[in-house]
Amino acid sequence: MNAPLPEHALQFMPSAGFRARSKEVVENPFLRKSFRGAMDFLIDKRITQFPDKEELESLRTLGEHIRQYNLGKLPDILEQLETRLTENGVHVHWAETPDEANAIILGICQKHSAKLMIKGKSMVSEEIELNHAAEAAGIDAMESDMGEYIVQLAGEKPSHIIMPAIHKTKEEIAKLFYEKVPGIDYTDNVDALIQIGRNVLREKFLVADIGLSGVNFAVAETGTLCLVENEGNGRMSTTVPPVHIAITGIEKIVEKLEHVPPLLSLLTRSATGQNISTYFNMISGPRKSHEKDGPTEVHLVLLDNGRSQAYADEQLRKTLQCIRCGACMNHCPVYTRIGGHAYGTTYPGPIGKIISPHMLGLEATATMATASSLCGACGEVCPVKIPIPDLLMRLREESFTAPHANPAMRGQGAGYSALVTGIWRGWAFVYRSPFWYRTVTWLGSRFGWLMPSKQGPWTTVRVPLKPAPKRLRDMLKERG
Amino acid sequence: MSARERILAKLRASEKFGERVEPDVASWFAGHRRVESGAEKAARFRHCIELAHAEVYNVNRGSWLQKLWEVLAAKEITRLLVSPGTEHGQRAMSGLADNDIECRGYDQAIEQWKDEMFHQTPASLTTARAAIAETGTLVLWPDADEPRLMSLVPPVHIVLLDASKIYNTFYEAMQQEGWKDSLPTNALLISGPSKTADIQVTLAYGAHGPKELIVLLLGEEA
Repeated sequence: MNAPLPEHALQFMPSAGFRARSKEVVENPFLRKSFRGAMDFLIDKRITQFPDKEELESLRTLGEHIRQYNLGKLPDILEQLETRLTENGVHVHWAETPDEANAIILGICQKHSAKLMIKGKSMVSEEIELNHAAEAAGIDAMESDMGEYIVQLAGEKPSHIIMPAIHKTKEEIAKLFYEKVPGIDYTDNVDALIQIGRNVLREKFLVADIGLSGVNFAVAETGTLCLVENEGNGRMSTTVPPVHIAITGIEKIVEKLEHVPPLLSLLTRSATGQNISTYFNMISGPRKSHEKDGPTEVHLVLLDNGRSQAYADEQLRKTLQCIRCGACMNHCPVYTRIGGHAYGTTYPGPIGKIISPHMLGLEATATMATASSLCGACGEVCPVKIPIPDLLMRLREESFTAPHANPAMRGQGAGYSALVTGIWRGWAFVYRSPFWYRTVTWLGSRFGWLMPSKQGPWTTVRVPLKPAPKRLRDMLKERG
Repeated sequence: MSARERILAKLRASEKFGERVEPDVASWFAGHRRVESGAEKAARFRHCIELAHAEVYNVNRGSWLQKLWEVLAAKEITRLLVSPGTEHGQRAMSGLADNDIECRGYDQAIEQWKDEMFHQTPASLTTARAAIAETGTLVLWPDADEPRLMSLVPPVHIVLLDASKIYNTFYEAMQQEGWKDSLPTNALLISGPSKTADIQVTLAYGAHGPKELIVLLLGEEA
């Protein structure tokens, strides 16, 4: 059976609509089953990769150290990376905003009169909404990761950073292929569906003018772009077309090649429970004159998009340690119930909640950090020990305190309400003074009937709050 | 100011804090695995890559060509992409010609024969530079003789691996071979045939790259 489509269209202006979208998923048993099943599967796969708890902890500590060390030297190693890549023949571009990044990429496409751009999986390209920008410029941007291909065919967005089409059942995908791919018979056999995708996309790799990819790690000392994948579409995208454009956030740089093995091991084991991915592709330059294949031109676009804001604050900087494994979402009780689309941001789940406010501003993401029970699972499984629960608390503070001068974040105070803050102040005042506490609770026990029956969000799912007719102190007095 | 200068200026303004002590990757790996014999490493490599759905055959310098032919015959493959500039490529070309296997050499730039590569190349033969036991991983350094696409486009990829070149870990391989001073334009770690679990977490092989990966493990015995 097919899951009915959610009626609230997904758009990338998050907080608004979060509640409505979450509700739709929670009320949809098919979607809930998809997410629950997939997350349980990934949780089990991960745990079998870490049989030795001591090894896991020491490797996490090493991973955290490597990421923090490299962030500490970030401006230096970015310059080193640029120098080495340039020596290797790679063109390096810098973009502060998504618009700048799109302009750079489309500029390269236009220089080559490109019609078709084939894309390996890249969350940063989702972050800048490259497909939209390409379409507007008359360039066909086609996803080649199977999951991304499926969501693109369906006109949707990825619902998970590692498994983009996790929200779809195979029957839905079968129907989608049957409707959208010309000349095929209906099948819901997974192997057959993958072969259909393979055949369609191979013809695209063959003729694509531009290959676009993300980057998992960029190594400064060697000028190397590393890509992690299982399918081979990343290798296709970076090898077959004459021009390869890679895009990455500025935080994904490591100084030394020896920093890669521990991070790679943490990444694949945490993400999909594999001891290593099928392919680890290390690109250090375009085709040399005597070589017979590979792109003749390679570009790297380094994107800031709010990362430098996180960088400027000692606590918020830890957000940038992320290696995008997705383990935090796999283990998140909220993500598992509402899925990736409800968040309305490119990056969903716990990591989405702590990184998106830097990209979009707290104006658009003020309540994201409140969609958490603070159970702490995300922080416990994070392979580079990002203290996600602490950061969620910090973001709540940034959102809901009164706007002040020199804020650490764009949109600080966006969720501030003078009324709510006033009520809490009054509460604190009453609780600090025995006299006022006695007086107010006495008034409450006598005039409880004055409480309104509608109490905002509280009464949407609960009975109204009403003070008890007798205070605890009165009952104790009666007992003598 | 350019975007580059603005980004770097913002980052430089926040350099006052941060981790300065360099991580000691070497000592973590030193305590990670004990020293293993060649046979132990070969066994571990084989176990791991077989778990990832690769086929492994123990062969020796005299027998690999026969095994290669058997593998191709069993799969009813009659065309093989080889590297004419290498010794093993030459041996395959001369040895298989009498056995109804047509060997195609990768002897021109891909632009000259892209369509043939994609549509009429069912299998390829390459070497691996090294391997990693811990993860069951082949290390390939494509070059002018054995270009990148040989290990990607043909649906069946056959790899010759010298068992004496198996390292314990990825870290050990890069350190002992001095990779940081010698990386080629494209270096690859390959740990099985292409696969995906993107449809309802159901594993399927042959997503975009080879559907089958066959390792001919060159040792003394066998």
